[in-house]
Amino acid sequence: MSSSPAVAAPVAPASPLLAQLKQTLRGWPVIAAIVVIVALVLVAICAPLLGTSDPGLIDASQRLKPISAAHWLGTDAFGRDVYSRVLYGARISLTVGLGTVVIALSLGLLIGVVAGYFRWADAIIMRVMDGLMAIPGILLAIALVSLSGASLFTVLIAIAIPEIPRVVRMVRSVMLSVRTESFVEAATILGTRVPLVMWRHMMPSTLAPLIVQGTYIFASAILTEAILSFLGAGIPPETPSWGNAMAEGRVYFMLLPGLVLYPGVLVSLTVLSVNVLGDALRDALDPRMAKRV
Amino acid sequence: MTQTNSSSAPVLSVRGLTVQAGHGAAMRQVVGNISFDVHPGETVCIVGESGSGKSVTSFSIMGLLPKGSLTPTAGQILIDGEDLLTATEHRLRQLRASKVAMVFQEPMTALNPVQRVGDQVDEVLRLHTPLGAGERRKQVLAMLASVHLPDIERIYASFPHQLSGGQRQRIVIAMALILKPRVLICDEPTTALDVTTQKQILTLIRELQQDQQTAVVFITHDFGVVSEIADRIVVMNKGAVVETGSRDTILANPAEAYTRMLVSSVPSLIPRHRALHDAEKVLEVVKLEKVFEEKRMFGKGRRVVAANAVTFAIRRGEILGVVGESGSGKSTVARCVVKLIEPSGGNVLFKRKDLAGLPAREMRQMRQRVQFVFQDPYRSLNPRRTVGDSLIEGLINFGTSREAALEAVTRALVLVGMTPDAMQRYPHQFSGGQRQRLCIARAVVMEPDVLVADEAVSALDVSVQAQVLDLLEEIRQRTGVAILFITHDLRVAAQICNTIVVMRRGEVVEAGDAMSVLGDPQHEYTRALIDAAPGREWDFQNFRPVAESLSLAAAGSAPPIVVA
Amino acid sequence: MPGFLLRRLLAAIPVLVMVAVIVFSLLRLSAGDPAMILAGDGATPEQLDNVRRAMGLDKPIVEQFFSWSWRLLHGDVGTSLISGLPVSQLIGDRFGPSLALSISTIVLAVMVAVPLGILAAWQQGKPLDRMVMAVSVVGFSVPVFIIGYVLILVFARWLGWLPVQGYQPLSNGFWVFAQRLILPTLALSTAYIALIARIVRTSVIEVMGEDFIRTARAKGMGETAVLIRHALGNAAVPIVTIIGVSIAMLIGGVVVTESVFNIPGLGRLVLEAVLARDYPIIQALILLFSLIYVLINLVIDMLYSVLDPRIRY
Repeated sequence: MSSSPAVAAPVAPASPLLAQLKQTLRGWPVIAAIVVIVALVLVAICAPLLGTSDPGLIDASQRLKPISAAHWLGTDAFGRDVYSRVLYGARISLTVGLGTVVIALSLGLLIGVVAGYFRWADAIIMRVMDGLMAIPGILLAIALVSLSGASLFTVLIAIAIPEIPRVVRMVRSVMLSVRTESFVEAATILGTRVPLVMWRHMMPSTLAPLIVQGTYIFASAILTEAILSFLGAGIPPETPSWGNAMAEGRVYFMLLPGLVLYPGVLVSLTVLSVNVLGDALRDALDPRMAKRV
Repeated sequence: MTQTNSSSAPVLSVRGLTVQAGHGAAMRQVVGNISFDVHPGETVCIVGESGSGKSVTSFSIMGLLPKGSLTPTAGQILIDGEDLLTATEHRLRQLRASKVAMVFQEPMTALNPVQRVGDQVDEVLRLHTPLGAGERRKQVLAMLASVHLPDIERIYASFPHQLSGGQRQRIVIAMALILKPRVLICDEPTTALDVTTQKQILTLIRELQQDQQTAVVFITHDFGVVSEIADRIVVMNKGAVVETGSRDTILANPAEAYTRMLVSSVPSLIPRHRALHDAEKVLEVVKLEKVFEEKRMFGKGRRVVAANAVTFAIRRGEILGVVGESGSGKSTVARCVVKLIEPSGGNVLFKRKDLAGLPAREMRQMRQRVQFVFQDPYRSLNPRRTVGDSLIEGLINFGTSREAALEAVTRALVLVGMTPDAMQRYPHQFSGGQRQRLCIARAVVMEPDVLVADEAVSALDVSVQAQVLDLLEEIRQRTGVAILFITHDLRVAAQICNTIVVMRRGEVVEAGDAMSVLGDPQHEYTRALIDAAPGREWDFQNFRPVAESLSLAAAGSAPPIVVA
Repeated sequence: MPGFLLRRLLAAIPVLVMVAVIVFSLLRLSAGDPAMILAGDGATPEQLDNVRRAMGLDKPIVEQFFSWSWRLLHGDVGTSLISGLPVSQLIGDRFGPSLALSISTIVLAVMVAVPLGILAAWQQGKPLDRMVMAVSVVGFSVPVFIIGYVLILVFARWLGWLPVQGYQPLSNGFWVFAQRLILPTLALSTAYIALIARIVRTSVIEVMGEDFIRTARAKGMGETAVLIRHALGNAAVPIVTIIGVSIAMLIGGVVVTESVFNIPGLGRLVLEAVLARDYPIIQALILLFSLIYVLINLVIDMLYSVLDPRIRY
């Protein structure tokens, strides 16, 4: 009676998300970016093993020396080895990047889900987010750091907080649009309870945009940390960070531009690689791109 | 049919057209060896299901194939003897709108949203004629009048978003025909419109065609439309021409098996089922009301009455069709019945228990009894879960063990004509028709008393549609479930409904047995709907006019069309 | 249309109130007693009490908020803790240089980025497009101050064409004024040129894929005409949006740039205030910048209703 033929030709079942992620890894710019990022992570982890000395070791007799066999990138105003400071600085930058991403994404996801699903909370939450977004990020970060004292932790929080509103907005808008999808309505009709509907059917749609936004936040956080420390409103000067190194080096810029430029190039390279990766991820995961020929 | 000059030379002659996709080594054929002719004043309909290549063919004629992804690689497209495939881009631009013009499928997105519509029509004249602004305006206004737009001065200055879908399509037609081209290509121009609007647009096109003796190429998937406007028919499948012939030949005597299958799948307006008056009422909607109010910070937002005093009842084992055009409120009613939205007033009585106003926890318990099948098969299954997980979800919610649920799903899959290994696959690995079967299985496995089907077959190809309708009929027979069938297409309702309710602007205008509503409509709106249903004169399943079928039945020489 | 604008204006008020609340809370929530911070570590309990009473810190929090807001609305933003000068005067003195830098940056960014983005969209997939894309990613990845320093190195140090740092107001002569703005403007605008060009490109590409573009082609229109007459008008809204966003983001960049090039503007003022913990100034500046942000958004909204007839209810 119902004369439907057999099902589609046998194809190995592939989770759509994995397939999309695999698609990102094409083209030499992306591969180069991933190589750079991986290299940086390794350098940061293995800093002690890469011919560095104590980055905090002050040696007044060795001030402001150029590149030499003893000091591969010269020394700074305190006679500290620039090469070591730069390598250890990678640790700080990557920690800040990762920490910011974790904080911003998790808090943003939580708040965004609540705002997207519960009407009563939505109005209040979005007003607060609008207010936060109206304050320029750098200023807010500077104010937060100066008010709570400078430490790695406070800098992390200060950089993460201005990033949260954008994540909330994105999560909320995804939740609002997914809510009207037929398969979400179907789950309700099948008797699935609200929390399970949210977890199983709505939140997975936020995964892809979160990944993409996470990479951009990572890049932005490293940049912001550099700027904050450069302005003297970031990580305490004893800790070797790229921003601090540049801040200290700026006074001697005309004499030894390297003091500013070596960490500067590294910051640029890191941020560039993460941005390239973010672009590739967005191209692969953003469904709108699929419509374009 | 229309007057044609078949003895004169064809205006448009497509010969051996082949289009390929991709480039270099990865090229593959999309349409192959397409040939047909169109004479002045003649309408040739290209019919096919999705993927048949009919749109690609029509875009090739205009030279509008997306560059780089689709390329014509062989054949000729001759207009008055000139081959478009070898013409320069400059020449093609000269020919567009002046010799060959096109009307597209989606009127809502066909016009530039930030430009006034009058200026958009004026642009055609500006591009192809040396006329001055004043003279151009006169001609545009005259054209707007000939497409029967009211209040043409105001329309001239309007923006697209201020016009309805039907009005926008008239503007597009005005743009296409203002230069009186020799060939007009229409790519599914009425598919996105209401059936009454569709009738007006089809009449308009025919009127203008007769006036200018334009050769019309009309792409469609709807054989009902074809039966009303075609002089000749080209049937396409999977990128190739299956059959060509005159309208009468193809409809009454198709040569190819594919054509036979396609034609016989088309629903006709003849009702096939009697009403069931004896069965007990399973679902009763009493004076249902739904009002949507826009919340604004200051002042009152817009207030829309989507449903007003809607009353009807479904009996056990019955299929009740709610028929209406867009904005009729039929979808709102369906959603209120399953409590996806909360009714503003009235009762939804399920076996005498009122669902409206039922607290959430109790409603959840009732959910097993009323299930839903959605319109879009591509969006009603979670793309990230396997079919098996999606289909057992409902049963698990109500305490069934996983093993028992899997077993029940296996049986349900067989019932809908799928094999159990579908459970390990993801939705994207299935076609639209298959996905709809899966959704039906998901609903049926819950053993509901009522199944709500909201335009469940509207997004399917006509042959698949016929199969799914048969499936619903079979399920109804086997399980005795009552079905609330929402549709905009009276012909589909005629196929399977026992009772029909006609809605318009939120209100029920007529309700009753399918036989009486379709055979002897009381309300003028119902009459208008029946009148506008394309192809109502033709009995597609039997390859003959309806009048003939009726007289044969009356004479007793053919079995009655009615099924129990 | 007036109704729409009125509604947008009224919607802006809660945002400003929220900003006021946040700024107020920032100060009160800071680690440490504000009075102690002001009076110094060695203050006696009496001195602390005096400071508290003078600042109104002994009253309930809500009352403090209202009296603070009241003073704000009357233009009283307090006095600097360090210099004792009224904050409004300090802001007034430093406003000019920041304004000059901001305007020149935005003008340059828009004039370069919009045509660049359109060109890249026009040549989508071809070498020019790829190059623009590659350069733009670099453009917003390199920190502003690095670009600044490199520019100083090349143009001021090695080539000696332009002065290293400093600022001259317009009243001292146009060339002197402009000369000192060139490098800072170039440095600051790089990131925005990159960002705006990308978004312009993406918007134009997206619009060119819409159905009504196909209709325009079906009328016999050439590609260039299609781009200019149909695509650009529809891409205007996202383009205007990104320009607005850039202006809002500009404030952060101004802080850094003024620091590198030694320009006595509001950005430098913020830094000095932060390092000296001069709270009234920090507070006032955050409020000022937020107000500017909200006003810019309002202007953008108004522009939308001009550009897109659908946004006019």
